[in-house]
Amino acid sequence: MNWAWFHKLGAPKWFFHYSKPWALPLFIVGCVSLVVGLIWGLAFAPADYQQGNSFRIIYIHVPVAMLAQSCYLALGVSGLVFLIWQMKIAPIFIKAVAPIGAVMALMALVSGAIWGKPTWGTWWVWDARLTSVLVLFLLYMGIIALQNSLTDLLLANKAVAVLSVVGLLNLPIIKYSVEWWNTLHQGATFTLTEKPAMPMEMWFPLLFSTIGLYCLVAGLALWRMQTEILAREHRSHWVKEEVMKHGL
Amino acid sequence: MAFDSLTDFFEMGRHGVYVWSVYGFSVVSLIFITWSTLSKRRHVQKTLRKRFKRDETI
Repeated sequence: MNWAWFHKLGAPKWFFHYSKPWALPLFIVGCVSLVVGLIWGLAFAPADYQQGNSFRIIYIHVPVAMLAQSCYLALGVSGLVFLIWQMKIAPIFIKAVAPIGAVMALMALVSGAIWGKPTWGTWWVWDARLTSVLVLFLLYMGIIALQNSLTDLLLANKAVAVLSVVGLLNLPIIKYSVEWWNTLHQGATFTLTEKPAMPMEMWFPLLFSTIGLYCLVAGLALWRMQTEILAREHRSHWVKEEVMKHGL
Repeated sequence: MAFDSLTDFFEMGRHGVYVWSVYGFSVVSLIFITWSTLSKRRHVQKTLRKRFKRDETI
């Protein structure tokens, strides 16, 4: 098998040029799909027979919770890739995506707490699911803090990669927390691989908002990576050409 | 439409305050992360541009 593409992908210059045209379209498609999903879910999906209208929080809560975990999975895998192959793009990815993941985890916690009040009668309980997602948020904050506190770039790359990999342990705990322990939190109701556990007119808006948020985050991640590449490679000739040619 | 009137839509059977505060917080969060992404991008490009221009004049 020819691995040339793999090595090229890891080269910041190559990555910059090939990812450049994708950021804006991904971001726009993501925004449109998200807005469609949210308006559909807010105004047109039928109310839940048990929860009434508070269930409409699902159209925010489930996508952001999925993104919070997906971003961390990607962070952990990048950490491994960096520690094993020293691929230059991996720490750039971690630095770019950690703040997005932190915002997603915070949104999952806040939307969950606000949803918990009318549904469970409480904003917060220290059970396995809620606590493990709080740990996920703190891991993101730890990665961001570690990144910012180390001015030596080589050291920062390595330290942040190690922390990202260690934090992977938390992901199976989040996923299985609703099965291993007694919890107020319900099991997963949204999967792409099985028959939906909800009627189609509730499921479709959720599909739109989830796919929309994935695209939006992908667009943001590419922009952030491109910015970081320019900053890190500023001594290269191609960066000078790029910046002087296209300007802002 | 799942609601009979606009008031109905905003009140959401007494769940309005929960639903709307989640949507409000989320929109603000997404705008914040987008704004911070784009302003960082502008800042880096501006700084590099200035530096390259200065280097040329030396």
